[in-house]
Formats: sequence, C-alpha cells, structure tokens
Amino acid sequence: MAYDKFTVLKSTAVPMPIENVDTDQIIPARFLKATERKGFGDNLFRDWRYNADESPKRDFVLNNPIYSGKILVGGRNFGSGSSREHAAWAIYDYGFRCVVSSFFADIFKNNSLNIGILPVQVSPEFLDKLFKAIEADPKTEIEVSLPDQTITLVATGESESFFINGYKKNNMMNGYDDIDYLQSLKNDIKSYASSSVY
Amino acid sequence: MSKTATTLFDKVWDRHVIRHIEDGPDVLFIDRHFIHEVTSPVAFLGLETRGLKVMFPEKTFATADHNTPTINQHLPVQDPLSANQLKALETNSAKYGISHWGLGNPKNGIVHVVGPENGITLPGMTIVCGDSHTSTHGAFGAIAFGIGTSEVEMVLSSQCIMQQKPKKMRISVNGKLGKGIVPKDVVLYIISRLTAAGATGYFVEYAGDVFENMSMEGRMTVCNMSIEMGARGGMVAPDETTFAYIKGREKAPKGADWDKALAYWKTLKTDEGASFDVEYTYDAAEIEPMITYGTNPGMGIGITKKIPQAQEAGSGKASYEKSLAYMGFHEKEAMLGKKVDYVFIGSCTNGRIEDFRAFASIIKGKKKADHVTAWIVPGSHIVEQQIREEGILDILMEAGFQLRQPGCSACLAMNDDKIPAGKYAVSTSNRNFEGRQGPGARTMLASPLVAAAAAITGVVTDPRELF
Ligand code: SF4
Repeated sequence: MAYDKFTVLKSTAVPMPIENVDTDQIIPARFLKATERKGFGDNLFRDWRYNADESPKRDFVLNNPIYSGKILVGGRNFGSGSSREHAAWAIYDYGFRCVVSSFFADIFKNNSLNIGILPVQVSPEFLDKLFKAIEADPKTEIEVSLPDQTITLVATGESESFFINGYKKNNMMNGYDDIDYLQSLKNDIKSYASSSVY
Repeated sequence: MSKTATTLFDKVWDRHVIRHIEDGPDVLFIDRHFIHEVTSPVAFLGLETRGLKVMFPEKTFATADHNTPTINQHLPVQDPLSANQLKALETNSAKYGISHWGLGNPKNGIVHVVGPENGITLPGMTIVCGDSHTSTHGAFGAIAFGIGTSEVEMVLSSQCIMQQKPKKMRISVNGKLGKGIVPKDVVLYIISRLTAAGATGYFVEYAGDVFENMSMEGRMTVCNMSIEMGARGGMVAPDETTFAYIKGREKAPKGADWDKALAYWKTLKTDEGASFDVEYTYDAAEIEPMITYGTNPGMGIGITKKIPQAQEAGSGKASYEKSLAYMGFHEKEAMLGKKVDYVFIGSCTNGRIEDFRAFASIIKGKKKADHVTAWIVPGSHIVEQQIREEGILDILMEAGFQLRQPGCSACLAMNDDKIPAGKYAVSTSNRNFEGRQGPGARTMLASPLVAAAAAITGVVTDPRELF
C-alpha cells in the first residue's frame, strides 16, 4: 500500500516511558477481526486508553490534551510480541509517523518501515533526555531528519544520529515499497524456483 | 584450503538468497508460506488493488485457527466479524488456488501444529507466516519466522521477502533434566535468563544434550517461544528424531525423493568451529518447573522461588511495578499456593499429543478442583483424534474435565474463550501480556504438568509432589 513520503518531520511528541510495550497493548486481539485496513486508530492502546465502560482513563497519556504530535516516544523493547501489522496500522492511523525508542522488536520495526512509519532507535541516554525535555515542556519540538539520519531537540540543538539502511531510506523518502521492487525480479525468482529442492 | 566452517543457519539462509542489496536487505526465497484468517485478508486486498496474482499457489497453505470457536464447530460461527474473516480466507484461497483447511476439515488446526503433522514443514526450508510463532517450525532445522501483512502480500505475489540477515546466537543446554522438568520449563528458563528482549536481532540455534534428547514435540515447544526473547526464530539441527517424525507423513517426500531429501538433510548441521555472534550455555540441573509472575514471558522463576525484586529482575522500577500491580502480586511473595481460577492447556506451544499425555499423567485417578474452570484444547483434529485413541479422553472425563475442539482459543482470546478480568489462569500458551487472554486477565505461563497440578489442587503447585 502506498504511503506518504517521509523526509523531515518537526513535531511535538507523546511520551510513553514504559518498557516492553507489546503489540497486544498497541492493539488487542479482539480488534483484529476486520478484513480491511480501516479505523484501527480508534482502538490504539485500547485497554490502556479506555475503561471497560468505554470512558477514557484519565491518567493515560493519549487522553491528556497537553500532549500531542506525530512522534511517539516509547520505552525500550517497543513493539514486542505478536507480528500483527495491525499494531503499526493503528499507530499510523492515529496520526503518528515516527516512533522513537532505545530498542525495537524486529518484526514491529519491519512492519513500520513497510507502511511508512519511521522507527528511530536512539541511545538510552538520549531517550532519557527526550523524556525529560517533554516532561519539562510538553510543547517541546523534536526534528527527525531522514536525509541526515538525525533526531534533534529543536530548543537546545542536542542531536543524535540514527541508523537506517540505504535501501529502506530511499524507499521511505520516495514512498516506494518492496512489492514494486520484487515484481522487477520475477525472472530471477522463477529461475530460482525451478532449481529449488522443494 | 579447507572449507570455512559454517553454521546451520548460514547454510539454509545463504541458499535462499536471490539477491543481496548493497546497504540493504537480502531478497529471500520462501519455500513454504502458511496463512490464516487474521493476517491475510488485507494482503489479498493489496493484490487485488495492484492487479497481482499469487505466484506459486502450491507453496502457500491456509488454515483457520485464530478466530474459531472451540465448541459447536459444526454450527455457523456466531460472531459476524469472525465469520466474515473465515469466509474471506475461504474465498481468497479458492480464488487463487491455495489449499485451505477450514473449520470442519479433518486436517484443520493451529497453523503451527498442522504444518509439521502433515509433513509440510521440512528441514532446510525457509518458512514464513503472518504470525510470530512461526518460529515453531525451526524445530525441523528450517529457518522459520513471523512476518507482517505487507510481507504476506510480498510472499503471495513474488514468493520472496526482503530481510536483513539476523546475527547468530547459540544456546546450549547440557546435562540431564530432572523428573517433572519438560521442554516448556527449559524455554521459560532460558527466557527468564535472557529477558524478553535478550535475543532481539538474533536467530538462535539450540544445541546440547537436552535438545538432542528431546522429542520433536518438545523441540517445537522450545523453538515456538524463541520470539518471546525477541529472536526472529530458533532452530535445532535435524537428526534421526527429526527424520523418524517426518517419514510417512502425508506431504513428506516418498521413495527416491525421500532418499534424496534425506541425504541433503544430513548435511544440515553447524560445522565444528563455526562461529556465532554470541553463545550462552546452561546446565540442565539448574532448571526447575517454571512459572511466570509478571506480564512478559521473561518474568519467570522456578516454581519454588519467590517473586524477585525489581533490581534483581533487571528491569526499570516503574515498568516492573506496573506489571506486578496488574498481576496483583508483590515482590518477595511465594508463587506456590497462589489461587488459580482457570487452567488452559493448548496453543501452538503445548497443544500437541505429548502435552496431553503429560497433563494426563498427573490428573489420572484424581479430580479437578471445584472452583477451577479448565479449557482443554487440542492443537488440531489429528491431536484430538490421538487423545481419543490413546484413552486420554477417558482419563480427562473421569477427572471432571471436558475436551474442546481445536483452535488458538484462550491463547489470544479472539473467540469466546476469554479469562474474565482479575481472574488468575495457569496457561500452557506463550504470552502473559496484559489482556492477552481477555481484558484484565492475569496469566501465569507454565508447562502442561504445572497446569495439571494447578487444575487438581486449585492453587499453584509443584507437579513433582503429585507423581
Ligand atoms: S496458538 Fe496462540 S500463539 Fe499460536 S498461532 Fe494461535 S494465537 Fe498464535
């Protein structure tokens, strides 16, 4: 599915300093029954966000109007557990375009890149700095530059660079996806398949 | 010059690379692709939007499992959304010529149970599925891992995915396991040592006496939970145990094909001296029956131990406290004697025949505790059949249990099998995340033996006391 191109994102951020945020929390299984990719944002963090009677939980960060923005800053080991791409869809659908953490689960990272969310892995120290800055001022702006591979606290200029491979970077900057690329390899794939053991 | 020593993982991976992209991922050919109703519909929609076909429909296998009821499977599925997903799987499979084992089909069951039991899973293959526990199939010496829906679409349309090659980890467990210690304990022990993120970025090879002496069912239980320490997957080198398991299964090679395959499979092992990015070695004698006390699978301890304090557990204090608060537990409490409301035996981790044999070995001649609700859910119809044939069903019924029909069931609680909020469950599944088994449900992961002991006594019990 085509997604928005990603170059430079300057935004406030939503802080979620919790470790091991798993994809069952991001989108609980009972909301995976759709056959289309629509409306998952409403159920993002469903059980942390709402009480059983559907009323919002006051102390959850997404219900706190002082925090907003297109960047979600999470604790270490973000996105562990289930491979459900619905987790990435829910994050995207809610309006986030970038998730920052000191550590991501592999499948979540791949899923995010495949649908146009940029996972930015920073050092634990820088992550701490981000949480502190947002806590001190919820309107703190963060700039994520994909071309430069940097993340910067705009007010202080404190910055760190992050890794992304050249192929994925090019895809994200241009809104390309892997399926287009794989279609171009069809002949190679066919000839491999004809000599495969299985 | 002698050939360089190579790991099993490298042998299988390198053979499947169609192209290596400079400063990018490898294009990896996929031998087997499993699909189920939850993570495939949007992939099929994608194909339609782009006007693409399924490139090799004979390499994809569909089964319905995540969303299916475990009672009255012969009746129409009540929940309209679930029914719709099941219908979509059936329609899409028919449209693109993919083999489909839907509800009611005698081969139906949990994807990671039916793949191996029908001989679809073979050594040396690359296997993917839109489900993180695809790592299960690594028990056969395959590279098997979970993928997202975009990748499902890639495999359908091109039989390939694009993956960065993971780093390599070897985990050896040597020695002999004590009485009452089963494969689930081994893997929960490893995860408790490595933490829920300890193997992220790695592909694991399990080695050493304990795995060499383990049954295929046991190896599947271990490989299944590789993802719970963050690993992409885990594998065990194929050996005589593997070949004996595969031989004669429906889709396994036969005759001359078998001989040829076998000769190849015998080359699938890590050469002496091959190097790993990281290695861990554990002693089998250190492993007790395990149980989890928190909200990720790394939060496990020996059943006779006390809940650790945050600093010993090596996680951040706030997250640790949040987790214990969810469970209603406290630091330094004993796990033994804690009340249990529900017991679930099943899932792709422990829903195979060996697991029900283990369960039955404890409950035989005893009675279920009155206050415990037990859900006993085979991983497939074939397992269900074995349970009947081996007389395990009689043992279950005499002890006051009922057998349900196959499916994922309370492992992820997408169907009606939900543990109510605040209730405690001892579960043989693989995830104790908040709400995994129903909103507010409190899960303690354990082996089928620990589950059986809890079902009989109604509290967390060391199964070694009940033999
Ligand atoms: S049993 Fe549980 S872990 Fe296994 S495939 Fe089903 S939902 Fe996933």
